[in-house]
Amino acid sequence: MSSETETYNDQVVRLFLLAAAIWGVIGMGVGVFIAAQLAWPALNFDTPWLTFSRLRPDHTFGVIFAFGGSALMGTCYYVAQRTGHTRLALPRLANFTFWGWQLVVILAMVSMPLGYTQSKEYAEPEWLIDLLVAAVWVSFGVVFFATLAKRRIKHIYVANWYYGAFIIAVGLLHIVNNIVLPVSLTKSYPVYSGTVDAMVQWWYGHNAVAFFLTAGFLGMMYYFVPRQAQQPLWSYRFSIVNFWALISVYMWAGSHHLLFTALPDWVQSVGMAFSVLLLMPSWGSAANGLFTFNGAWQRVASDPAAKFMVMALVFYAASTTEGSLMAVKTVNSLSHYTDWTVAHVHSGSIGWVAMITIGSLYAMAPRALGRPAMHSKRGMELHFWMHTAGLVMYVASMWTAGVTEGLMWRATDATGALVYPFIDSLIAVRPFYLIRFLGGALVLGGMVVMAWNLWHTAADARARLVKPIPVPIPEPEPLQVPAPVPARV
Amino acid sequence: MAKGYRYFEAIEKHAGKLGIFTAIMVSIGGLAEITPLFVEAHAITAAEGVKPYDPLRLAGKDIYVREGCYLCHTQMIRSLRAETQRYGDYSVSSESVYDRPHQWGSKRTGPDLARVGGKYSDDWQRLHLMDPRAVVGESNMPGYPWLADEPVDAADIVARMRTLKRLGDPYTDADIAAAPEALDGRTAMDALVAYLQGLGVRPDAEAAP
Repeated sequence: MSSETETYNDQVVRLFLLAAAIWGVIGMGVGVFIAAQLAWPALNFDTPWLTFSRLRPDHTFGVIFAFGGSALMGTCYYVAQRTGHTRLALPRLANFTFWGWQLVVILAMVSMPLGYTQSKEYAEPEWLIDLLVAAVWVSFGVVFFATLAKRRIKHIYVANWYYGAFIIAVGLLHIVNNIVLPVSLTKSYPVYSGTVDAMVQWWYGHNAVAFFLTAGFLGMMYYFVPRQAQQPLWSYRFSIVNFWALISVYMWAGSHHLLFTALPDWVQSVGMAFSVLLLMPSWGSAANGLFTFNGAWQRVASDPAAKFMVMALVFYAASTTEGSLMAVKTVNSLSHYTDWTVAHVHSGSIGWVAMITIGSLYAMAPRALGRPAMHSKRGMELHFWMHTAGLVMYVASMWTAGVTEGLMWRATDATGALVYPFIDSLIAVRPFYLIRFLGGALVLGGMVVMAWNLWHTAADARARLVKPIPVPIPEPEPLQVPAPVPARV
Repeated sequence: MAKGYRYFEAIEKHAGKLGIFTAIMVSIGGLAEITPLFVEAHAITAAEGVKPYDPLRLAGKDIYVREGCYLCHTQMIRSLRAETQRYGDYSVSSESVYDRPHQWGSKRTGPDLARVGGKYSDDWQRLHLMDPRAVVGESNMPGYPWLADEPVDAADIVARMRTLKRLGDPYTDADIAAAPEALDGRTAMDALVAYLQGLGVRPDAEAAP
């Protein structure tokens, strides 16, 4: 390999891969612990930073932004290079996005249990950390778009569309939702109050789901599913139609988190209508991914990574259908504030987000780590079955608990009086909290198996034996815009 | 290929255009829903009897925020019969104009607190916060005993009131000057109990027949 050969920058991809594996275990570990606290409240130990209400943001931040964020940024850098046949632009800035993001996560996960929180769900960290998030995020966007700009393949592959929308929208949401006036280094007040704050918060909260947990991971799906099925996407054009529908419709739907509240009625109704419309792009993307396996279903039997992907797409279809259903006022009147919401969130996150991530990491890791395959295929199989079993236990128990709560809260007797005091609903769902804890523990166990498997797959990388992969340089086309870059390091 | 495809091709092969169109498409929904609320927000004034939090209750509200109570308790009674029957009148916009951020919440592992004020005695609240299972045997709420030993920092609350005044909450200079005296010797527990006992209570409405 001559020194003139351009190679892919997989160094930063490997770092994000490592971070994703570690944060996955930590974030889900916190989740299992707080699930145990709900079943056995003595586990709070009367210690401030070990208390459920202080730790829950660590679980959500840990799995969404630390695990999900690291996986998204790592795969994004991997995919942008592969689909553009080019080396990652601005390597130093790319390294800054890695270390900056890890610093954000550590600062957030240490400060929140100490009580430094804005108490805005999924946006809890205080203003100083928010500023650092903004700096890292803008840098991430610059690296990504600069890499797109120097690509050698004219056409921008659809996975990059989703990654691009994810970067742009999350930046916008983060900044608008976190406009505050600081009191001190550790405390601030939002410029919004009451109803306006609620609307801004759930516009953020819902679209963090839409663009962080959906668009970003769809980017992952659109690259790694065809890669693992070893055949092209079922319909490229359909994926583009779904893209525009998804990004424009999602942004309207946030108000379905506030049905029957003090939010003006028209906003509630608009949110509900757009939520039902969302079925179309959601099913579209799920179908496109699943049909990509048409004619290659035998691979699913033999390849655990493909198994994860197929199950992820099934749960994507299922949880988005459920989400649209729950946004209908009639259903929402029962489901809201109950554990049904928790079931829905986890069928989306353990089912869709975690499984597409795990599938993609299993697909990407050997390539980024210079190995022909993962260290242990049986380890991957074991992970798949542990994860799936845990997921089903979690979701089924929380569904049952949620519906039980919803029905008990509204039950009235013949005289019209409420039948159950609140505490009765808690007593009724206690057994399900135990099942949920066990399901979560299985999922966590699976993550530990993955971490072990990645550790052994990374043996060459630790010994610095990984050979960089050369970028395939396509034949220049006469009218190519932008003009092809000469192949150099 | 369809005829219109060449227009589309222009986006598919140009990173800048792709980014700009994406930014426009994602902005429309938010602008359409949030802008009217901003305009309307100026029309929403505090409900009768809803005043900005006095220093002790403000300290209490910020403890509520710090401890993360919103993760298990809502402060939003929906306009549904079962809810108004259980918790009282449904919540309206004008009641939360001084809540930065709002504490409407999204999950009820415990009951709604929007109108919990006056429902239990101060002593019950204190005991319950120290050890919830001492008063509600089957509760799974954690205890917050450390609040009883934690003094309220008056200088901090004064700084917070100044910031809130800058954001438009109608505190007078006299209100702020009186804060240190009102907070003298008070604990975080006193503050949180005062906040909870004020939730949903409208002094003027109570006086009416």
